[in-house]
Amino acid sequence: MPPVITAEGLYKVFGRRPTRGVEALRTGRTRDELREDGLTAAVIDASFSVDPGEIFVVMGLSGSGKSTLIRMVNGLLPATSGTLRIGDEVLSEMSPAKIRDVRRRRISMVFQHFALLPHRTVGENAAYGLEVSGMNRADREKKATEALEMVGLKGWGGYRPDNLSGGMQQRVGLARALAAGTDVLLMDEAFSALDPLIRRDMQDQLVDLQQRLDKTVLFITHDLNEAMRIGDRIAMMRDGRIVQVGTSDEILNEPANDYVARFIQDVDRSRVLTASGIMEQPPQTLGSAQGPRTAHKLLRETQNPWLVVLGRDRKPVGVLWEDDVAAAVRAGGDDLPFSTRLEMPVVAHDTPLADLFALSAQHLTPLVVVDDDGRFQGVIPRVTLLTAAGTLGNGTGEIPAVAPPDGPEPDGPDPGAARTDDQIAEGPSDAATDTRQHGEETR
Amino acid sequence: MNPEDSVIPRLPVGDWVKDGVDWLTDNASGLFDLIKVVFSTVTEGLTDGLTAVPALVMIVLLALVAWAVRSWKLALGTAVMFLVVLSMGQWEHMMETTALVLVATVIAVVIAIPVGILAARSRVASAIVRPILDFMQTMPAFVYLIPTVVFFSIGVVPGIVSTIIFALPPGVRMTELGIRQVDSETVEAGEAFGATPWQILSGIQLPLAVPTIMAGINQVIMLALSMGVIAGMVGAPGLGKEVVAGISTLDLPLGVEAGLSVVFLAVFLDRLTAALGDPGDRTGSLLNVIARARARRAAAGA
Repeated sequence: MPPVITAEGLYKVFGRRPTRGVEALRTGRTRDELREDGLTAAVIDASFSVDPGEIFVVMGLSGSGKSTLIRMVNGLLPATSGTLRIGDEVLSEMSPAKIRDVRRRRISMVFQHFALLPHRTVGENAAYGLEVSGMNRADREKKATEALEMVGLKGWGGYRPDNLSGGMQQRVGLARALAAGTDVLLMDEAFSALDPLIRRDMQDQLVDLQQRLDKTVLFITHDLNEAMRIGDRIAMMRDGRIVQVGTSDEILNEPANDYVARFIQDVDRSRVLTASGIMEQPPQTLGSAQGPRTAHKLLRETQNPWLVVLGRDRKPVGVLWEDDVAAAVRAGGDDLPFSTRLEMPVVAHDTPLADLFALSAQHLTPLVVVDDDGRFQGVIPRVTLLTAAGTLGNGTGEIPAVAPPDGPEPDGPDPGAARTDDQIAEGPSDAATDTRQHGEETR
Repeated sequence: MNPEDSVIPRLPVGDWVKDGVDWLTDNASGLFDLIKVVFSTVTEGLTDGLTAVPALVMIVLLALVAWAVRSWKLALGTAVMFLVVLSMGQWEHMMETTALVLVATVIAVVIAIPVGILAARSRVASAIVRPILDFMQTMPAFVYLIPTVVFFSIGVVPGIVSTIIFALPPGVRMTELGIRQVDSETVEAGEAFGATPWQILSGIQLPLAVPTIMAGINQVIMLALSMGVIAGMVGAPGLGKEVVAGISTLDLPLGVEAGLSVVFLAVFLDRLTAALGDPGDRTGSLLNVIARARARRAAAGA
């Protein structure tokens, strides 16, 4: 699908004869040099695109030009140079009346200090966008009520905004934007004025609403943790320029320059990195239809003390431990000897790192990572988790990688294994198919 | 003669203005006659209406109005004050002054609010309007009486016209201020949802500026009252005329009684219009009490 918002070489210069400033910037003069001429370059050569259904976060400190940038997207501030498209409509070429029309149909906005109308009730505030575009009272009240319900303010429509707490007022701001029924949502530091707990709630609610309603969100913030929490992609801004655009993982792992690198030092990575970010592929997995002898062979080949067993639907069934397998082979049974003592901890792929430690400490078995449908994605052995933890914070932590301290030690080759070699001819092929789907080398 | 007189030539500013006024009298007399007829008819009609009601009934009505928009305390004060006025024999004069003040205020507000909106929306308009307002406010009030008497001869009309000019500035200033101090993010919100400039003005800026504009109107009324008294010098009927009579005959009792009546009227009008500016804050007002009772009944019924 084509992008919803496309910005190409956007400039915004404040002052007398601003186009002069754009030309000067293009020929390589700096922002500070321009300031001596009385021109303020707020946004310099900004290019980006926002895809449908994406939460795109623009992150920067105050004075970085992010507020100017978001106001150029809905034409509150006209660009000095460059083009801005909403879908295939070029905003920079439109008359004021046309721009108003685009705002009514396509873009709504949530403001840092809520910007509610104190003389109207919550319901009338939520209906404001619809009222402006001329919808009749009954229809707009119905839509406003729906929007208020969506943000969890059912029954508050008759109150005045100043009867509500800050968090609730911003929900009204959000409801006003949702009721307008536009596909693009601009959020200008929308949660910055709220206290941290409420801010977390609102972030979760935004992500939730975005998934349900499939809105395209352009979110401005100065809080990197917030950006990492909600953003599908993040644009880092500094002194009017966009210095890096990428996912939170990309920005954390490959900062484009020293500025970004310094910035992300303070990020609590254990909240940002997720299970799928640090998981690894096990050397082998076993189909649940296989017997203990196949398991034994694979364990010997991989020199691993454990083996994850997957069902036909690739959902994890359990984990086998080496000595249990050896015992089963000696006993000659056909059932896989799942341990009752060592349970298998399963985590969702988007679990933050911070939530993995407790689970990992309770279980000897590596954490098994599954996707949204519960299918196997990878494992996180304790060593991997500790290594990841070592790179958190300042990135120079030196936590030595240690073997699982009290896991079953790998025994020597079991004498029984040789006897069973010829009986497992058909076995590994199934397991190999499993792992091939992961693009893993089987041998 | 001062030595400077030979260096700095005498500028006959006053004569210029006089020439202008003469020119207007000769060429625009039709307009002035029209204004005169309209203003005098309206004011006299209003005065007749106010005095047609028996004074005691009127006092009860005014006390009820005071209770409705403010509190029972103001109602009580109103009744006491106006009974004193009545017993001093100044009731009719006070009604005449009230009529003059009301007419002048309505016209001043009708002019002031659009000018204030214009000044708030346009830097150029603001730059032009401001020095004119300064002039209107600082020129001694008596000076307005001279040309208005030339235009309208003596009576209530020159009093009203000079009162309008004198009382207008705070209405314009407070309207401009009220609109300019509306939170810019709120105005931006209107723009962001695609509101037209008119929708922003009527739906956001004016409603949010109402308390400030009402404070301006309160000032207009107070100035109109003070000027309405001065207008007594050019024969405008009412308390002003009594005060002037008190001065010219050194009649202390008359001066005090008329002056005290002015003070009582001023207190009443000021408290009343101040309450109109922020109705939500007046929990003791009859209107709010009724609204709360109705809300309780609705809640109990639901």
